[in-house]
Amino acid sequence: MRTLAIVLCLILPAPAAAQQADRSRPPALGPAPPVTPPAIQRRALSNGLRVWIVEHHEVPVVQVDLIVRSGSAADPSGKFGLASLTAAMLDEGAGARDALQLADAIDHLGASLSAGISVDASSVRLHVPVARLNDALPIMADVALRPTFPQRELDRLRNERLTDLQQGRDDPGEIVRAAFPLVVFGPQHRYGTGGVGTTVTLKSFTADDLRAFHAAHFRPSNGVLIVVGDVTADAVLPLFEQAFGSWASAGAASTAAAVTAPPQLRARRVVIVDKPESAQSQVRIGWVGAPRSSPDFYILQVMNTILGGSFTSRLNQNLREQHGYAYGAGSGFDMRRVSGLFFAGAGVQTDKTAESLTEFFNELNGMLKPIPAEEVTKAKNYLALSYPRDFETTRDIAAQLATSFVYDLPEDFFNTYVQKIQAVTPEQVQAAAKTYVQPGKFVVVVVGDRKAIEAPVKALNLGPVTFMRVEEALR
Amino acid sequence: MRRRYCGIALAVLLAPLAASAQPKLEVPYTQFTLANGLTVIVHEDHSVPLVTVNVWYHVGSGREKPGRTGFAHLFEHLMFEGSAHVKEGEFDTLLEAAGGSNNGSTNGDRTNYWIDAPSNAVEVALFLESDRMGWLLDVMSPERVNGQRDVVKNERRQSYENQPYGLASIVLDEMLFPKAHPYHWPTIGYMDDLTAASHEDVVDFFQKYYPPNNASLVLAGDIDAARARAFAEKWFGEIKPRDPVPPLDVPPAFLTSIQKRTLTDRVQLPRLYLAWVTPAQYRPGDAALDIVSQVLAGGKNSRLYRRLVYDLQIAQDVTAFQASAALASTYQIVVTARLDRKDGRTVTPQAAIEDVHRIIDEELDRLRAEPPAEREMERALNQVEASFLDGMEAVGGFGGKADRLNAYYFATGNPDYFNEDLARYRALAPGDIRAAVTRFLPKERRVELTVLPETQK
Repeated sequence: MRTLAIVLCLILPAPAAAQQADRSRPPALGPAPPVTPPAIQRRALSNGLRVWIVEHHEVPVVQVDLIVRSGSAADPSGKFGLASLTAAMLDEGAGARDALQLADAIDHLGASLSAGISVDASSVRLHVPVARLNDALPIMADVALRPTFPQRELDRLRNERLTDLQQGRDDPGEIVRAAFPLVVFGPQHRYGTGGVGTTVTLKSFTADDLRAFHAAHFRPSNGVLIVVGDVTADAVLPLFEQAFGSWASAGAASTAAAVTAPPQLRARRVVIVDKPESAQSQVRIGWVGAPRSSPDFYILQVMNTILGGSFTSRLNQNLREQHGYAYGAGSGFDMRRVSGLFFAGAGVQTDKTAESLTEFFNELNGMLKPIPAEEVTKAKNYLALSYPRDFETTRDIAAQLATSFVYDLPEDFFNTYVQKIQAVTPEQVQAAAKTYVQPGKFVVVVVGDRKAIEAPVKALNLGPVTFMRVEEALR
Repeated sequence: MRRRYCGIALAVLLAPLAASAQPKLEVPYTQFTLANGLTVIVHEDHSVPLVTVNVWYHVGSGREKPGRTGFAHLFEHLMFEGSAHVKEGEFDTLLEAAGGSNNGSTNGDRTNYWIDAPSNAVEVALFLESDRMGWLLDVMSPERVNGQRDVVKNERRQSYENQPYGLASIVLDEMLFPKAHPYHWPTIGYMDDLTAASHEDVVDFFQKYYPPNNASLVLAGDIDAARARAFAEKWFGEIKPRDPVPPLDVPPAFLTSIQKRTLTDRVQLPRLYLAWVTPAQYRPGDAALDIVSQVLAGGKNSRLYRRLVYDLQIAQDVTAFQASAALASTYQIVVTARLDRKDGRTVTPQAAIEDVHRIIDEELDRLRAEPPAEREMERALNQVEASFLDGMEAVGGFGGKADRLNAYYFATGNPDYFNEDLARYRALAPGDIRAAVTRFLPKERRVELTVLPETQK
């Protein structure tokens, strides 16, 4: 099914006979093994809830994910953090059990149950030895469908989160993860603030806010149950019908409040966040990237692999291997329903901050020059040939299915991925680089020791330099 | 030395379901030793078309000399920089072009490396792995040492110096182990020592500790045992053995009193570390202390979490763990204290630490006085069993089946030690937990390290 440039010949090893190793060149590769993505059995419960089942009989465990298509992007304006806190509260009291009883029941089964959010989805995830699925499912259903949002647990969790935000200020990595999107999207746009929200919004939430969010978004029509593990579809479907079939389907799910497309940046500037005595500067460079639905999806995977998406990428080779300025450097697109970030970044030693920025821009600018065809081929092979690893464990497989649900990927997505990656041409990569990598318009955020880095960074003349306090980044 | 071979592909067998499922774990393997002393272990798992090549060198930072700390780990980095037949940078380039990935890690006892690759690239992986075992020094140069020295210094900055509380673990080991003990210094090393590392150190270290007879190779995944054996012979067979590595001469490690210390750091909240020197991995007491960790800090109903974080809300987090290692283990209880109180008061960092400290001691006393309840034991054991099952899902990477086969071989001589390992936990009675706390976590012989916010100097 594939046409790989690196398929040179077919090696059939002689059984057991000692061969002489030829070290004068690397061994040739045999034909790549076929990628066989999991067979997904798509079923539905009586209330319309989709159930996607993958039978995976290697180990007697099962992963069950309930995914709903509403995450932090669905937070109402002024209520950033609501989706996150709602999810966190699901297992703090549900059905007839309080928080401690829920935890005891789950722990006793040797199961793990967690609830959380991403930008575009909320999830309740159960991982359990298959022999105990029967016992764990009703608890999971309580947590997902019948949370009670007790006030005292809300107060407790809220305080924990406020303290988390405060503690984040200790960590340069946390600070840059908050500061960079804030600079790119601004405080008004949902993407400018972390999923957990701010000190101000966290303090404002009532249990009724959480109930309302849950009621609006946790609907069968907005969700899917993903089941991966040592089960058969026919045998487990009745269990799921019993646990989730009575989930009221009345009323259409509130479609996630649409996040407006963020405006693209127009001029380069530099923001320094002072973190005195930092041993490294945390650097992020970039702007608004691309949505998950971008027709350039495959091209961007290849382009980013070349720039900063793999160990041998240009950024890592330069910043780490060539110069030793960083433990590692990379880049990435944070693809969401609506365009997220494109960024390049690293933690670099403080006294080489300016030199590192110069190298970052050398590599970013380098993407606008012709990219050798063999570099494109290497990146395509890396993506295509490593693809089976995304499907090794029950958790891996469930995560892949969840993404395909949240972003409404075509049913043949997994089966055509390799072929579509391999179809990307150097010309397409070049064209995409011109669109998505415009270093002259990127914002540069540096979290580090201002005293040590301000002068050398200013001397680079990258653009106007402004300053942000740590407390402004992690508000 | 041929152990046993079993042709079934099913890695895990589940006993008929009783009231409580008792999984029987089995990882079939073949084992043999090449003429040069390299131990080879082969495990077939054809569920995904991947092969993993996992090598353990039986050397860690414990073999370092004072003044040259961090060297075993720096050396690990150099192993990816090319060898006689692999140009600089080509190790990763060749592998990525074939869809593979790799990594390595170092601790006090050993250094491990893995390459995961599609099954058609198994010989590429073996070529790379064997070339650095046999021909690393041919192209080693002071420049390569310099390059990775800078990378490792940045790893240290990123993971320790620029991390909140990042230096505490280093200070703890210095307090727990005497100066001459192999665990006294950190695996990442001291900055000055990293600066001092020389090309000659590399040559010496390689010749002493990286011969095939001081390593074990696991080939696992989508490959049949006969091919694996032929490939192992072909790629590793001609590498020359060297003198065997003598056992470490280790001074005894034990505490005779309370060792107290306070550090300051740029952090918002104070943190308390209580630490003990405990029995080595797989020694009596080791498994019991894992259960102690579950009872103290595993989940909302665990004793310390429930009191400190859930009920009183005077702590932001609590962890307790037995860090098992070959020469001696350490047991740690780590609590980040909060300064705000439910009634709106604020307390000083010192007062917050005192509150937390008192409650930890109350809970340890309670465990010394009476064994945990049956329900607590069951909960802990079920969690341990489940984590064993989870460990069977992946073949490659850190902690995958290949890595665990090598870990078990290194520690016990038996790669398929899964059931024996699990049996240690199943054999525990509540009284054993009480006994372990009494014997191994005494109040009067331990390390007490406090980290205070800098403004509180």
